[in-house]
Amino acid sequence: MGGTVSANHDRANLLEVRGLTKIFGTLTACDHIDLNIAKGEIHALLGENGAGKSTLVKMLFGSLEPNSGEIFWDGSPVKITSPGVAKKLGIGMVFQHFSLFEALTAAENIALSLNDGSPISTIAAKARALSFSYGLPLDPDSLVGDLSVGERQRIEIIRCLLQTPQLIILDEPTSVLTPQEADKLFETLERLRSEGKSILYISHRLEEVKRICDRATVLRHGKVVGHCNPREETAASLARMMVGSEVKAVVRAPADGIETAPALLEIRSLSRKPATPFAIPLKNINLTVRAGEVIGIAGVAGNGQGEFFESVSGEVLQQDAGSVRIRGKDAGGLSITGRRLMGAAFVPEERLGHGAAPRMKLSENLLLSRHATDGKAFVGSGGMVKNGAVYSAAQRIITAMDVRKSAPDPEAAALSGGNLQKFIVGRELDRKPSVMIVNQPTWGVDAGAAAHIRQALIELARSGSAVLVISQDLDELFELSDAIGVMHNGELSKPLPIAEATFEKIGLLMGGAEPGHAEHAMEVA
Amino acid sequence: MRIELVKRPQRSALFSMLSPFIAFALTIIAGAIMFALLGVNPLNAFEIYFVEPISQVWQLHELAIKAAPLILIAVGLSVCYKANIWNIGAEGQFIFGAIFGSIIPVLFPQFEGPLVIPLMLLLGMVGGAFYASIPALLKTRFSTNEILTSLMLVYVAQLFLDWLVRGPWRDPQGHGFPQTIQFGESAVLPELMPDAGRANWGFVFALVAAVLVWLMMSRMLKGFEVRVLGSSPRAGRFAGFGFNRMVFFTFLLSGALSGLAGISEVSGAIGQLQPVISPGYGFTAIIVAFLGRLNPLGIVAAGLVLALTYLGGEAVQSALGISDKVARVFQGMLLFFVLGCDTLIHYRIRLIGMALTKPNGAAQLEAAPKLEEAR
Repeated sequence: MGGTVSANHDRANLLEVRGLTKIFGTLTACDHIDLNIAKGEIHALLGENGAGKSTLVKMLFGSLEPNSGEIFWDGSPVKITSPGVAKKLGIGMVFQHFSLFEALTAAENIALSLNDGSPISTIAAKARALSFSYGLPLDPDSLVGDLSVGERQRIEIIRCLLQTPQLIILDEPTSVLTPQEADKLFETLERLRSEGKSILYISHRLEEVKRICDRATVLRHGKVVGHCNPREETAASLARMMVGSEVKAVVRAPADGIETAPALLEIRSLSRKPATPFAIPLKNINLTVRAGEVIGIAGVAGNGQGEFFESVSGEVLQQDAGSVRIRGKDAGGLSITGRRLMGAAFVPEERLGHGAAPRMKLSENLLLSRHATDGKAFVGSGGMVKNGAVYSAAQRIITAMDVRKSAPDPEAAALSGGNLQKFIVGRELDRKPSVMIVNQPTWGVDAGAAAHIRQALIELARSGSAVLVISQDLDELFELSDAIGVMHNGELSKPLPIAEATFEKIGLLMGGAEPGHAEHAMEVA
Repeated sequence: MRIELVKRPQRSALFSMLSPFIAFALTIIAGAIMFALLGVNPLNAFEIYFVEPISQVWQLHELAIKAAPLILIAVGLSVCYKANIWNIGAEGQFIFGAIFGSIIPVLFPQFEGPLVIPLMLLLGMVGGAFYASIPALLKTRFSTNEILTSLMLVYVAQLFLDWLVRGPWRDPQGHGFPQTIQFGESAVLPELMPDAGRANWGFVFALVAAVLVWLMMSRMLKGFEVRVLGSSPRAGRFAGFGFNRMVFFTFLLSGALSGLAGISEVSGAIGQLQPVISPGYGFTAIIVAFLGRLNPLGIVAAGLVLALTYLGGEAVQSALGISDKVARVFQGMLLFFVLGCDTLIHYRIRLIGMALTKPNGAAQLEAAPKLEEAR
């Protein structure tokens, strides 16, 4: 270490990280990371997918052990060997993926993680008081299954706050929130800062970082490439630091003559009863996607998008074969394989465990969705898999999508979320499908990779395919879509052409304004 | 103090491979302690148990006879277990294979010729598959737990066989013994090398089955389907693989192989149906499957090891007067240590509330609050 870092040289620093390094095989995920988090600041951690953000945070929270380097907490050296140790020190974490039991109440979920034997009623009272004082309205007695994603996140935050942490780590907290919910979260974070608590804020939404963060540390390829004050930077300059080069803006060529183009995907009066007590019923959904266009479906998470995707993909079959039509033919009674053979391709929301088998290699995950459509290329006589052909096709996709990985053909779980997403989208694009349906194409994906995926989807459409994108990210939908519909409580509004769509109109529909009445509501407002 | 299993971030490939050998070594150590407690010299006992039973050629044939059903059954079970489907009832499927296959020699003894054996083997496979289809049907129709149904059906099969050989199928000239007539010459599975020992074609079936299933699991789309559905069912559904179809496929395959093992055993080694035709092959095969790491080629090796525990059990009984139940003890310890080793590959043990386990972390953890107090 260069300068002698005495334990108490800077009292204002709550957490100091010196030369923290984590090596996986041949990949140095974190390479001598230095990071200081002062008391009472919101500190942003920025970086592309695979830059080492998650690895760094996991080491701070005790779920990964560093190979070398030191961590100072309040000036004294500590070894954080487990999340339990981290919690005792005063480090709390709110994960991107919630770990809540849907069939239990909010208070019961909190009690499970506190694990200190205090009665549920006490915890509920504490949680209620805390939620009230931080302006995070939450009824501790409500069932998690009945709550919106934003409310579920509040449970996670309150659960974290109940352990009175000094440092709170938030991993992509706004990726599941509506703009209004995000504003509420920012108020809470500012409130926590004013109480002297520190926050490590991981996000790829640069505008947000500029708005609430005091300082930022930028990672690239496992190294710290800079510390800055995000308020003095522009979104473009932050993106440049993260990516190392300019991020290409997504270009959407005008779609001409769409009205007369053939309808490649038609949904007619699609309804579905809820399969579980927490599922959303689909109510009479109608939608047409024509060759050459991208249709976006907006909506707050949990309004039936998952159910809709399952129905259209054929993971769940329809009673009425005509309710889903692909390239002019009824597909409602066909399985997902049958629909793929008609030219459709699907990218589900959940990457690990749905779009990809975590413990299988990328080449095997290529076979996962393409064993039938590319039967001739990948499967030989007698059902023998042509491993060579599958492997080289996987490498082709990896190159085309710039998937970064630590081994030639790693397990899917070994990739960072964004890199795996690039592979899963690339796996379908590589087929040049005539109908492509994508749920959350860039969820948790950084700016550079997201632009890549979005551009690829637009180009697929302009080359004559029909593309349907389901997303909670309004910026993304406005960038991608030729028209945007909104899903609310299992109903889909008529898509508004992008020229007429505004954030306000779409936002109102997301909040549950009557489909078709949005414009009227705007006029009144 | 509390003991916790904490998931390891990385699995050691080396120890995954070594695990069966470590388990075997631990079994030997525990076995030595057991023999010592029984008052016999462990070294002497081990020689009688593990070395003498395979010191002559005819004894290797006996080993093959015992290993054949274990390998056949375990190979089928490995496919089930890879698919995360838990067929515990191979013993019953073995028995039903034996019963179905025996229809020809018992009910139509006058039917002779080269067709008899192939037909018997085929019927044996049909019988095992039929019996395995019951838990599969119950699981896919009513979501019953296949572990319970397949296990309970074992006892049904055992009692059914018992009733058959005491009742309708009893040899009228058998002086009231509960057994069927001796199979005719053309209904006996031929021996491979009659001059050298008793080993029959059952061992060849086992090796062929192991190689074919290994090919299927490692090279074929069907094997991929099994692995995907077993490791991530939702990704399997996304791939268009049907879970219910997989339940039937794995149960019918493992049932057919168990049935083949059953008829081979009766037709080859025993020569007639008796109230008891298996020393628990169907259950021991579960150990074989796991000791072989659910890999058909590993299962061949594991099958030979477990077959040796049977032979050794008989040997120590006759030489040292120790109950041949000692074989069961060895099998049980082996399974225990295999599963233990596998668990420790995926998890590490953490003792909570004991400062000694994590000297560094724990000491600093305790120091942190004190520092805070000092301020």
